[in-house]
Amino acid sequence: MKSSDISVEAKGVSKNYSSVKALDDLSLSVQKGEMFGLIGPDGAGKSTLFRILTTLILPDSGVATIEGFDIKRDYKSIRRIIGYMPGRFSLYGDLTVDENLSFFASVFNVKVADNYPLIENIFKDIAPFGSRRASRLSGGMKQKLALSCALIHKPSVLFLDEPTTGVDPVSRREFWQMLERLKTYGITIVVSTSYMDEALLCDRVALIKEGRVLSSDSPRGVIDSYQNTLLAIWGDDMHSLLKELRSYNEVKSVYSFGQEHHIAIDKKLYNHNYIDSLTQKLEERGERNFHIKVIAPTIEDCYMEFSANKEGYE
Amino acid sequence: MRQFFIFVRKEFLHIFRDGRSVLILLLMPVVQIILFGFALTNEVKNVKVAIMDPSRDAATTMITERLTAGEYFRPYKMITTEQQADALLRGGEVSLILNYSERFREKLMHQGSARLGLTADGTDPNMASSIILYASSIIRSAELDIAGKNLHSGGVAIPNVRLLYNPQMKSSYNFVPGVMGLILMLICAMMTSISIVREKETGTMEVLLVSPVRPLFLILSKVVPYFVLSVVNLTTILLLSVFLLGVPVTGSLFWLVILSLVFIFVSLSMGLLISSIASTQVAAMLISGLVLMMPVMLLSGMIYPISNMPDILQVIAQFIPAKWYIEAVRKLMIQGLPLNSVVTELSVLVAMAAIYLTASLRSFRDRLQ
Repeated sequence: MKSSDISVEAKGVSKNYSSVKALDDLSLSVQKGEMFGLIGPDGAGKSTLFRILTTLILPDSGVATIEGFDIKRDYKSIRRIIGYMPGRFSLYGDLTVDENLSFFASVFNVKVADNYPLIENIFKDIAPFGSRRASRLSGGMKQKLALSCALIHKPSVLFLDEPTTGVDPVSRREFWQMLERLKTYGITIVVSTSYMDEALLCDRVALIKEGRVLSSDSPRGVIDSYQNTLLAIWGDDMHSLLKELRSYNEVKSVYSFGQEHHIAIDKKLYNHNYIDSLTQKLEERGERNFHIKVIAPTIEDCYMEFSANKEGYE
Repeated sequence: MRQFFIFVRKEFLHIFRDGRSVLILLLMPVVQIILFGFALTNEVKNVKVAIMDPSRDAATTMITERLTAGEYFRPYKMITTEQQADALLRGGEVSLILNYSERFREKLMHQGSARLGLTADGTDPNMASSIILYASSIIRSAELDIAGKNLHSGGVAIPNVRLLYNPQMKSSYNFVPGVMGLILMLICAMMTSISIVREKETGTMEVLLVSPVRPLFLILSKVVPYFVLSVVNLTTILLLSVFLLGVPVTGSLFWLVILSLVFIFVSLSMGLLISSIASTQVAAMLISGLVLMMPVMLLSGMIYPISNMPDILQVIAQFIPAKWYIEAVRKLMIQGLPLNSVVTELSVLVAMAAIYLTASLRSFRDRLQ
């Protein structure tokens, strides 16, 4: 990777809030034109990283650059070329849709018409409500307006902090389609989410836990690096199954996953007879009415494994 | 310039779309002036008097008539016993008891003095002393007319009280300057700080910071609307006080306006300072309330005279901008003194404006804390 291809880079970034480590020696790099996902639960440090990258706060240590500009020294240049959508609804609820858009255009000293083609696809759905106050829009429409406002100056890098949190599933899907379309304009997009399934929609992701990167790769690469064989089990008495499985040696981890439990088995200890022998063992212990099958790991399974490994090393 | 205009317009939209803001900003000065001017008055007017007159002679009749002739006192009841007087006073039915001694005229004419008691309700001592002062001066002059030279030499020392600048003891003379200080402080400091803190609270400040807009520009666009509204309020207050309360601007209107503008600047910069300390609107409101409102009300000389305060409070009062402003307004507006009499106040205010403005501009960071 040539350095000129890099859009966002962070090296050894740390940030403490009083005694809490929000970011701990975090490094990552995002290529130009890429859709990069920061994946992690609430409190993983995603928002703190966003605030550092958008020059809102300074890291305690480490360096970061956006399009070659240093976040500390060149923060003014960075503010000209990035778009930022914070986690919470950050528009003026008492201004109308149109007023919000034209205000944010004037913030960047552009006119709405200048870059309208870029936002047309997003804005056209809310354009009919142009004279409605922003506070009276639905969640999905608020997101669209916020995205339009963040894009109105045609930024080179777009930072979206949990844009789909609290948005209904249909609007979420629609939102990701809009981001997909933005990529054709060559805009680098850094997006954070706590929905693991959304990771698959990114070009590359970084799994983040407690301020550290667990893994950074393409979603495919993350899944391919999964070291275990994964089984799903579901049955009548899920609670007793969970307790039982946790006592087995070859079971590296077992956790509830929606309606089922996911069981990670060490690859070396797994063979084609394993499911049968496990079934037998469980039946001997009095478990009835359950089903087991091999499944492909999801990003969330990877996250669970990587975070367990990380703890194991410490 | 176009950008600035859009920013200022946005602030005005915020203000006018919020009913409460409009109410506070435009109606409050009117309500306060009317409230202070008419309802919360200290003036002696229509005070109810109960009269105990066992002598019922020409002298007592004349004194009673004199006393109740004007608009100050109104006879409420003729009574005969101390118990009655006590009950009326306790029940708050009357505010003053006039108690003649027996054979009043006879004593007055022959002995040169006659006893006459005035009892006032002391729960409001200021009011009570005003009432007594009024009543006794009327009674003295009536006594003098009746007894003439027969009056006992000890009793003739009639104090000739004359109140300069405010001969009718109109209380509006006192609080028009106070209300001016209060309202300008409130609107500039409280509303400005709240409007900035609101952007912090809703997260829009984050978006604005991550943009090429310079913080100074941002602050200016926040301040301009409140400056304009303060000027509107200043005009309203002056018009109301001149035409409704009859408090004239005896001094130079020009310097009064200049003085007020300086005070507005001080208040605005205090508001900016508060906005950089507070992170929620409630906090901003509380700080404005505690740090600005209370001292302005209590320590600026608006309600209680500063010279009567304990030393420590007098020292604290020196740091309150409103104290200097109200003092200067009294001199310029009510007393009609020339500019050179308020040079101290004006320079203190200018210095305060400079200090607070520098401090607030310095404290406004272009990153989040």
